[in-house]
Amino acid sequence: MIEIKDIHKSFGDNEVLKGISGKFQEGVTNLIIGGSGSGKTTLLKCMIGLHHPEQGHVYYDGREFTQLNFEERIEIRKEIGMLFQGSALFDSMTVEENIMFPLNMFTDQARSEKLDRVNFCLERVNLEGKNALYPAELSGGMKKRVGIARAIAMNPKYLFCDEPNSGLDPKTSIVIDELIKEITEEYNTTTIVVTHDMNSVMGIGDYIIFLHEGKKFWEGSNKEIAKTDIQELNDFVFASRFMKAAKDKL
Amino acid sequence: MNFTNFGKYILLLKAAFRRPEKMKIYLKAIFQEMDFIGRGSLGLISIISTFIGAVMTLQIAFQLVSDLIPKTIIGSVNRDSSILELSPTISAIVLAGKIGSAISSEIGTMRVTEQIDALEIMGINAPGYLILPKILAGITMVPVLVIISMFLSITGGYIGGTLSGAVTAAEYMQGITTDFNPYTITVALVKAFVFGFIITSVPAYEGFYVKGGALEVAQASTRAVVISCISILACDYIVTQLLL
Repeated sequence: MIEIKDIHKSFGDNEVLKGISGKFQEGVTNLIIGGSGSGKTTLLKCMIGLHHPEQGHVYYDGREFTQLNFEERIEIRKEIGMLFQGSALFDSMTVEENIMFPLNMFTDQARSEKLDRVNFCLERVNLEGKNALYPAELSGGMKKRVGIARAIAMNPKYLFCDEPNSGLDPKTSIVIDELIKEITEEYNTTTIVVTHDMNSVMGIGDYIIFLHEGKKFWEGSNKEIAKTDIQELNDFVFASRFMKAAKDKL
Repeated sequence: MNFTNFGKYILLLKAAFRRPEKMKIYLKAIFQEMDFIGRGSLGLISIISTFIGAVMTLQIAFQLVSDLIPKTIIGSVNRDSSILELSPTISAIVLAGKIGSAISSEIGTMRVTEQIDALEIMGINAPGYLILPKILAGITMVPVLVIISMFLSITGGYIGGTLSGAVTAAEYMQGITTDFNPYTITVALVKAFVFGFIITSVPAYEGFYVKGGALEVAQASTRAVVISCISILACDYIVTQLLL
């Protein structure tokens, strides 16, 4: 479980996060949603230590993270897998080398063992046999899947996904969403997904927090979100005519 | 570089020199960088050094038109100028352009495409993994390139001088072997070591803290080369003042 308490973050005079708290349970897909500039990605980066919040705490299964120095954070970071918005695959490495990279850095396994793990991860994301390709040779959806494979290579306890559907067609988006949900349930990870994709919200949102102007405006599940009468949330979720019509039919 | 940037530069270097997570992987990266800096720059340094040596001989011969000055002095002046100044400094400035821009744009692109974030999330010391091998390769390979440059510059002087008739082969050979002070080689190698550090660390710093996109990466690359060149010239003066 990951718990955040009263997170504040500013960039100059712009206060992006204004005291956000929440609990993200393991084995379920936790979503952070909100409009552009609402602070979703900033919150995610504060949680994983890429930004330093001015105030507030992040706990990984009770272990305080924000006050740790670089060396102390390494142990927790080894338990984190992350899927980036642009996949962030290492351009100079093949698919195989990308997935094997954390194993090379942090394990003393034999090459054959590491290769088995790489092939297992690739099979898990339906990319068997793509070991020798470079990121430049992959489509957007394939890059995301390799990103997931790399994220799960070390059997993470915590999985973070930043806009996993951005730039993907609806069909591929659903494949990625389902993959994230399956992995979450299979490995009992604490998964946090930052998204503004409504298909993801409705499809995999076991627990959702909605950010608006740097504050937590609402929390609940995808089943509850359709029934809410909070204006800001409705304006965000049911912005399109299609979603509005779908809500009216409910 | 203002004081804030200089402070960030020092802190980045401190982070880069942390204990490596896995020495084997770092060693592989160091050898790759040595290959890139050393073998990758050998052709360019060879051509530049040979021509500079040849031109130097012709210019010295042009300026020393007097019956009172023996022509062997052409070889001596060319030798000392090549060893003390031209080979280390011109090589370093050329390498700052070639290697510096490559390092800055490589690390800068990794920054804007979140690859550095990915390293940090994995628990890897990104400055150490990305910058340390480049610095170690720089401080070992730049002196090697400078030694090659010295040799080729003096050889270039021989070729240029004898082909043009400005000096005979015997006079030139006598010039380069008369009153040779081996300490000049030490001074040149100290310069090369310092320049190797600047050429790799300054562009790495510029690339590491890029914010934005492709335009900012290009700007950082330009800034890296300019700051490296100025730093090389400033350090050249300081080292010369201290050691000669």
